[in-house]
Parts: sequence; structure tokens; C-alpha cells
Amino acid sequence: MTTMTVDSNTSPQSSQEATQPVADISSNGLDSSRDYRQTVGKIEVANTKMSMRDVNVSYGDKQAVFGVDLDIAKNEVIAMIGPSGCGKSTFLRCMNRMNDTIEGCVVSGSLKLDDQDIYDPKLDVVPLRARVGMVFQKPNPFPKSIYDNVAYGPQIHGLANSKVELDEIVENSLRKAGLWNEAKDRLDQPGTGLSGGQQQRLCIARTIAVSPEVILMDEPCSALDPIATARIEELIDELSANFTIAIVTHSMQQAARVSHRTAYFHLGYLVEIGDTDDIFTNPKHRLTEDYITGRFG
Amino acid sequence: MSRSTIDIVNRNLAKRYAKEKRFRLFGLVSILAGLAALCFLMVTIVSTGWGAFTQSYIQLTLDLDPEVLSISDPQDDDQWSYANYTGVIKKSLRERFPDVTSRRDKKRLYRIVSPGAGYQVNQLMQDRSLLGQTVTVWLPADDDVDSVIKGHIDRSLPENERRVSDKKLSLIDELVNSGQLKRKFNNIFFTAGDSSEPEQAGIKGAMLGSFFTLIVALLLSFPIGVAAAIYLEEFAPKNAWTDFIEVNINNLAAVPSIVFGLLGLAVFLNWFGLPRSVPLVGGIVLTLMTLPTIIISSRVALKSVPPSIREAALGLGASKMQTIFDHVLPLALPGMLTGGIIGMAQALGETAPLLMIGMVAFIVDIPGSFTDPATVLPVQIFLWSDSPERAFVERTSGAIMVLLMFLILMNSIAVLLRKRFERRW
Ligand SMILES: Nc1ncnc2c1ncn2[C@@H]1O[C@H](COP(=O)(O)OP(=O)(O)O)[C@@H](O)[C@H]1O
Ligand SMILES: [Mg+2]
Repeated sequence: MTTMTVDSNTSPQSSQEATQPVADISSNGLDSSRDYRQTVGKIEVANTKMSMRDVNVSYGDKQAVFGVDLDIAKNEVIAMIGPSGCGKSTFLRCMNRMNDTIEGCVVSGSLKLDDQDIYDPKLDVVPLRARVGMVFQKPNPFPKSIYDNVAYGPQIHGLANSKVELDEIVENSLRKAGLWNEAKDRLDQPGTGLSGGQQQRLCIARTIAVSPEVILMDEPCSALDPIATARIEELIDELSANFTIAIVTHSMQQAARVSHRTAYFHLGYLVEIGDTDDIFTNPKHRLTEDYITGRFG
Repeated sequence: MSRSTIDIVNRNLAKRYAKEKRFRLFGLVSILAGLAALCFLMVTIVSTGWGAFTQSYIQLTLDLDPEVLSISDPQDDDQWSYANYTGVIKKSLRERFPDVTSRRDKKRLYRIVSPGAGYQVNQLMQDRSLLGQTVTVWLPADDDVDSVIKGHIDRSLPENERRVSDKKLSLIDELVNSGQLKRKFNNIFFTAGDSSEPEQAGIKGAMLGSFFTLIVALLLSFPIGVAAAIYLEEFAPKNAWTDFIEVNINNLAAVPSIVFGLLGLAVFLNWFGLPRSVPLVGGIVLTLMTLPTIIISSRVALKSVPPSIREAALGLGASKMQTIFDHVLPLALPGMLTGGIIGMAQALGETAPLLMIGMVAFIVDIPGSFTDPATVLPVQIFLWSDSPERAFVERTSGAIMVLLMFLILMNSIAVLLRKRFERRW
């Protein structure tokens, strides 16, 4: 991977890490031979579902993600951790091109879903987002009934041929999201009337109703209490049987509990990637170690 | 916290509270000043305009004699249209006051009933079976009589200094004593068009004119305004062009309304050759005037829809169109409607641009469609306010009250809509 050169009049954060990273690291007593711009760990996986190479993302002239290479295997749960502002969300949002909606956001590099280039200009984002769904940080159900929330995706994609089929999809999705028992008697009530945790499970149900292949989750539990969080974590575990899940989290315990592999990001670089057990017991990079032992972050 | 710190805090506390108190007092005073001005306006309008809702009526026994009416052949519709309805009234008045004999006094006697009362008899005789019968009816009194009844004429003045002669006053008193002259609810005010006789003048023509004009304005400005707002807010690229358009829309909102009238005159009347004085053109001109308001408020409404809703829809694979029409628009609609209603309320009170396209003409007929010559409420008010008769002064204020009522109604609906659809995310 090549070193990125950054324009000198960018914001302080990025210019600082671009001009004096080595000094920074050595002054922290880190092993300067292992520059954090070089990803530690094995990027490739067998059974690849998504494959990203040399992904760079910038907002205007501020670069947020630098040359990230990462593969995601089928039916795995991959966690992305790192201090806030390190580009986890930005990278995640590239995987279903949600960054398209942000003005001035430029993505370069190769991102593939089953060997199909996601950023192919000819590719239609509508079917892409049906295949790669997303759950957001703050629960954002539509201000409509619970039923309509879940039914909306199947309706716009024409997945159900009849009301009966649609009912079935809604029920199955709510069941898979562990919300059926709580919601079955109030399907016609607004989704916004549910509790925070229920709302987030409704959002998950809404996402899985269109049967995506990959689900992207951006800190799905950060607005929830511990009990609701535990339920979502259980849910992620169950969902991994059928879906490939990429989850951004700021909680290392959560990453350790739910994920198979963990990617550690730092200042827009992917520093380390590996099996979750290895990362948390035996981190190879000093930055990773510092982060997971709570020395900074 | 150490002892000394708390002392410093306490010392400053009084100052801080005093500042707050001063500010509150200032706010209170400004609100009171505003309220006082509003009260003054209301009191003056209501006190002068209240009388417009009642009118003096004279009870007369009419002998609907075909001979007096000069209807020789009841099958002939022409004879019915040109029948001498006033003659019946005059005859009845002569019979009621047999002592009045001289030509001059008779003329004066006839003037106690509205000169337009023949029209009421005409209306009454739409039922043609009444021909030859005798009926007792209440007919509107002349506006001078009405003024006497309402106490607007000072009887203590010498005769030559007041509008009503002693003879007339005695006639009025006699009718009042026999219970044949009474103040009643002023139906005519709400069911007639304009007239040169105040007691025959009403606001129905102007209200319908306003109604037709507003319908045109609403049907044109709301869809166009909302579509423009959606395009500018959601689809248009952000570049120098859209900035330019935005600045100009804001400018347009501040352009004096008479300019839109001049534009309407030049474009719609002189160039397109549309008819003068019609609600259709009035509505188009008001559309031009309200469009900026509607576009601006619709854009605000669209902006206030939280981005998380858009993200949710887009993340599910909804297209931009679906995102906007399925999710953003329903949430923005109450705000857009509020803007629309406020724009319409503005349009309802607008006079100047309509003067330019001839909606200021004296129009007696009640408009029945978008292309009938008409005037609108505020223009009617403007027209009446020019008349010196006491009865027209009264009606001017009465019409203002009706206009204000509609404005209050519309603005309340806007507030209700906003309250009703206010969302907690
Ligand atoms: N919409 C945006 N416009 C400009 N800069 C952004 C935007 N979103 C994120 N950034 C910047 O990109 C960097 C990475 O942000 P993000 O991906 O949200 O980090 P994380 O999710 O890891 O906390 C941050 O420095 C942030 O300020
Ligand atoms: Mg984030």
C-alpha cells in the first residue's frame, strides 16, 4: 500500500497525522518500524462476500479513509472498532454507497460485492441497497405503523405478490428481529411509539424484510440501554446464520462478544485485522493494544 | 466550593436577577403596547361596523294589484320583468298615510322606503300566484331613516342643518310607535352585491369574487410552489444558478404587490387579451404574488424533515423519488399547507394588484364563475370607504369585520395544522 500524500491546507487533524506520524508514534514509545499505515494481519478470507481494495474517501479536501484493504467473508460478523472520527462509519457507508448522498464525498478504490464493482458508474444503487442493507446509529423508524415500516421495503421492491405474502414477510422479519411477540398486537400502531430498543429491532426487521445479503450496522446499540443492547447482540448472533454482518461499534466488549473478526481503524487507516479472539488476546500492533487495553480511545 | 467563591456568586446574584427582571419588563411592555394597538383597532372597527349587521325595515301591506303593476297578461314574461313594483310600494305608503296629500310631501313619503325596494317586491313575486293578493312584508328603509333609528342623526340640530326634515321625522316616529319600523338582522348585507344605495348594498358579490379569485390562486400557486420547492430542495444541483434563483425568490417575496398588478395588466390583459375585472386574472396575479411565500415555506418544511428518515428510506433501496414522495413529503405537508394558508390569507387581504387589472369596477351582479366581472372583499372595502354616507361608513367597517373573521379563521387553521402534526422524533 502506498502512503497517501495529503494537501497541506487540510484540517489540522489530518495534516498533523500526515506530516509527523512517525515522530508521534516513537514519542509514544511505539515500535516505529510498524507504521500504522501498513495493515497488520490477514486481509484475505476464504469464501469472500465483499472485497475492498485501496479504498480512499474524502469529504471535500479532507480525507477520512486512507487506502483500506479488507475482505469480508460470507456469513461472518466483522466488527470495526477504533477511536471516534477514525473513519469507521465513512468506510461502512461506502459498502452500500450511502456516501453518495453526502455532497462532496469522493470515494476511490475498488469495492466488490460478489465480484461486482459497487462503484461501477453503470451500477444502479437501488438493487445494491436491497442487497446491502443498513441499520443506523439512532433508531429511525418511519413515522408510520409498525406493519408499514416492515412492509415498505418489500413493497417498493415488489417482493410480495399478495397481501398474504406481504403479511408473511412482515411476520417473519419481525420474528427474526425478535419483535414479533411484543409487536403482534399493535402492528397498526406507529413504530415511533416503541421503546428505543424495540425501535432498533424494528429497524433491523425492516432491513431484513428485503432479504439483503449483507447488513451494515453503524453503532446500532450506542443509543440503547444495556438490556436492549444485550437483546440486539443476541439478535446479531442469530442473524449471522443467514446474513453477512459488518458492525461498527465503539464498545470493545460488544465487538468481542458478537464478531468473528475485528478490524481496528486509526485516523482513517486500517491498522489491524484478525480473528476477534486473537485481536483481543494477542494484538500485534501497539496501537491496537493501547486501544483495547483502554490506554487511549 | 470555598467560602469566598460563594460570597462572590451571591454578590453578583442580585445584579443577574435585576438584569433578567428588566428584560422581562421590557418584553411585557412591548407586548402590552401591541395588544393596546390591536384593541384600539378592534374597538373602532367593531363600534362603527356593528350597525352594518342590522338594518331598519318598514312593514307595509302591499296590494299586488295587476293594474298597479301594469301586468295585463300574466303569461308574458316581459311584463313581469318590467312590472311597476315600486308603484305597489308607493300605493301602500299613500294608503298608510292618507293625510299626506301634497306632491312634495308624497315624494318625501316615498323616500322613507329604500328606492331599491322594488327589487325586493320583484324577488317576492317570483311566486307568481301572489298576483292580485294582499301581502304584508318588511321592506328595507332608506339609509337616512336607518340613521335616525340607529341614533346617528342629532334631532336637537335645527332642521336645515340635518339630513332629515321634521316632517320625515314625524313619519318615522309614527311608524316606530305603531311597530311598523324595526331594526332587524341585515340579510341584504350578506345576500346582495354592491349598490349605490347603501341599504341595498351587500358583500356577497365581493365574497364570491374573493372566493373565485382565491380558488384560482390556490390551485395554481400551491402545486407550482410545492413542485418548485421540491425541485430546488431535493433535486437541483447546488451551484451558482440555484443560488441565483434562491436569491431571486427571496427578492420576489419582498416586491411590492402593485408591481405584480402592473405585470398582470401588461401580460395577461394587454398581451394575452384576457378579460378585465375577472377572478381568473386576479387569481393568476395573486399566484405570482404568493408563490415566493409558498416556495420559501415549503422549502423550510422539507428542510425540517430529519435526514435520518431519508437515510432510512434510501438505505432500504428506495429511489430518490420514492424517498421524497413516500416519506419526506407526507412529513413536510403540514408545514407546506401552513405556508399555503398563510399565503392565501395574504392574497385574501390584497388590494393593490387587483386594482391594476380592473377588479375595482362597480359591479352589482353577483359573479357566478371565474370569468364573470367581480370585485373582492378588500377592494369592496376600499370602494365603500370612499362614500360619505353614514350607512356606507358602517358597511365599510362591517365588511372589514367579515374580512378579519376570514383571516382569523384561516390563520387559526394554519396554527391548528401545525399543532396537530407537530412531531416528536
Ligand atoms: N458528512 C461529512 N462531511 C465532512 N466530514 C465528515 C462527514 N462525515 C464524517 N466526516 C469526517 O470524517 C472523519 C471520519 O468520520 P466517521 O467516519 O464518522 O468516523 P467514526 O464513525 O469512526 O467516528 C471525521 O474526521 C469526520 O469529521
Ligand atoms: Mg460513526
